Amino acid sequence: MTAIAIEDLVFRYPSGVTALDGVDLRIDPGETVAVIGQNGAGKTTLARHLNGIHRPTSGTVRLDGRDTAERSIASLSASVGYVFQNPAEQLFASTVRADVEFGPRNLGRGEEEARRLADRALEATGLTPFADHHPYHLSPADRKRVALAAVLAMDTPVVVLDEPTTGQDHAAVTRIARIVAALRDEGRTVVAVSHDMDFVAENFARVVVMAQGRVIADGTPGEVFTRSADLERARVEPPQMLRLAAELGWARPVTTVPEFLDALRAGPSGRG
Amino acid sequence: MIRFRDFTYAYPTGEAPVLHGVDLEVRPGRFHGLVGASGSGKSTLAMAAAGFIPHAQGGESTGEVTVGDLVVADTPLPDLVTRVGLVQQDPFDQISGARFTVREEIAFGCENLGVERGEMVRRVDEVMERLRIAPLADRSPYELSGGQQQVVAVASMLVMRPEVLVLDEPTSQLDPAGSRMVVEALAAVRATGMTVLLVEHGLELLAEHADELHVIADGRIVAEGPPADILTDPRLDAWGIGRTRFTAAAAEARRDGLWPRSRPLPATLDGAAAGFRAAANGELE
Ligand SMILES: Nc1ncnc2c1ncn2[C@@H]1O[C@H](COP(=O)(O)OP(=O)(O)OP(=O)(O)O)[C@@H](O)[C@H]1O
Ligand SMILES: [Mg+2]
Repeated sequence: MTAIAIEDLVFRYPSGVTALDGVDLRIDPGETVAVIGQNGAGKTTLARHLNGIHRPTSGTVRLDGRDTAERSIASLSASVGYVFQNPAEQLFASTVRADVEFGPRNLGRGEEEARRLADRALEATGLTPFADHHPYHLSPADRKRVALAAVLAMDTPVVVLDEPTTGQDHAAVTRIARIVAALRDEGRTVVAVSHDMDFVAENFARVVVMAQGRVIADGTPGEVFTRSADLERARVEPPQMLRLAAELGWARPVTTVPEFLDALRAGPSGRG
Repeated sequence: MIRFRDFTYAYPTGEAPVLHGVDLEVRPGRFHGLVGASGSGKSTLAMAAAGFIPHAQGGESTGEVTVGDLVVADTPLPDLVTRVGLVQQDPFDQISGARFTVREEIAFGCENLGVERGEMVRRVDEVMERLRIAPLADRSPYELSGGQQQVVAVASMLVMRPEVLVLDEPTSQLDPAGSRMVVEALAAVRATGMTVLLVEHGLELLAEHADELHVIADGRIVAEGPPADILTDPRLDAWGIGRTRFTAAAAEARRDGLWPRSRPLPATLDGAAAGFRAAANGELE
């Protein structure tokens, strides 16, 4: 099982922009972690360090105690799957199936196993009917799920999702939530960047807030979403249910619909 | 104004039409939202409103789309782009590639329109200020985060002050405050008489700001009306549109007798808070 340990990570783009300005973060095996925060906060830049697309300007990223600087992208990709924010950067094959099978084949999983893993990933993402289509001919939302399927098929212990629900409709968001839950149940580590606070509250046990290249808050959804000064700095709004509870003057930090209803049914004593 | 009259359209590559007999009207100074499941035809409709269909995409159509007094199919694209702005779904597709900085990128459309220089500089500064991207002014548009690119795409269209503005999921990658800021900016330009049609998954913001919503399913407009009605309609699931958590929570509470029975379900924070407050004060009929 793979633990992630990031210490004093600084990253500067060639243009001179300092995108990460001293990030410290530890993620244990099997955690589900959402990374939230303002546009340009450095979330994608951070995510891309986990599988070696970006290399630290200074500081370290360790996987299972081993410095990623000592590992090739090929070796890292067996441990960490990263779903790009923009699928155009990730996909290159001429059919959906070829894109999804590429990862497991490339990891040496063998013809039959690659096919099985791809079938499973296509099914989970709802893309089985599009297996023979050209990814370029799909809608952006479907293409984004091809990128997700391609990473799922690699069967990695760590899965990093960069804005998985962008442009997805209700049914697809529900599917993605199921995928996150299934990965969690299999004991994998899931790190997802997201701007959808309701999705975050409903599906992740831990929330990391970034602003200006740093982590400014870290905790459970209930803890993080009540830190209004940090949220404001990160240009984030709490989930709908927490805003409603606050409006009703409840002290109890409910972040999801089931939590809200539990507190409602419990009466005034259950609302803190 | 945008008007679709019995508009049916098929892409050159596809056999079956993607839009079927669409009738839709957005009057000047109004802000309408278009909602629907993936693949229902939202982007196609947006492109048809802006003339990318048929002018760039080709395909077969019947019926008519008009923008103000212009019939879209009969008006060359260069004449249309001065009247209708389209913010495309993928902001990357929209970067002109012709300019080096964010400031120049945003000014590019105004230059093409022949807006006088002093006026152009004023407008560009104003829109960058309003959308909080002034700090990015001297960056390359290619060296931005996904969300930053998306705001630049919106700014590049707003600055041209088109008569009609069509936006295809322009907030999909924005932080929550950024999404709110963009939708509020769209609500504000109503005052200038601009006609706005927004394709959007963020139901809460539509509930708060849109004048009217159109629901599209399998290429047909299946419902339209005020957001408060559309977003609490029992057919939402069949249409493949989610509900706000406010609506979901109130619906569930109503089953338990914890939501005032005579009150409609809410789609906004204010509506939900008012209903639950009333229930707490004993109003359950
Ligand atoms: N290719 C690049 N070249 C130079 N600077 C970049 C590049 N990509 C991003 N940046 C800058 O680095 C900083 C962090 O960007 P990053 O993409 O990591 O942000 P993000 O938190 O993922 O934002 P978003 O929510 O918009 O995706 C920003 O200031 C951004 O403008
Ligand atoms: Mg990003």
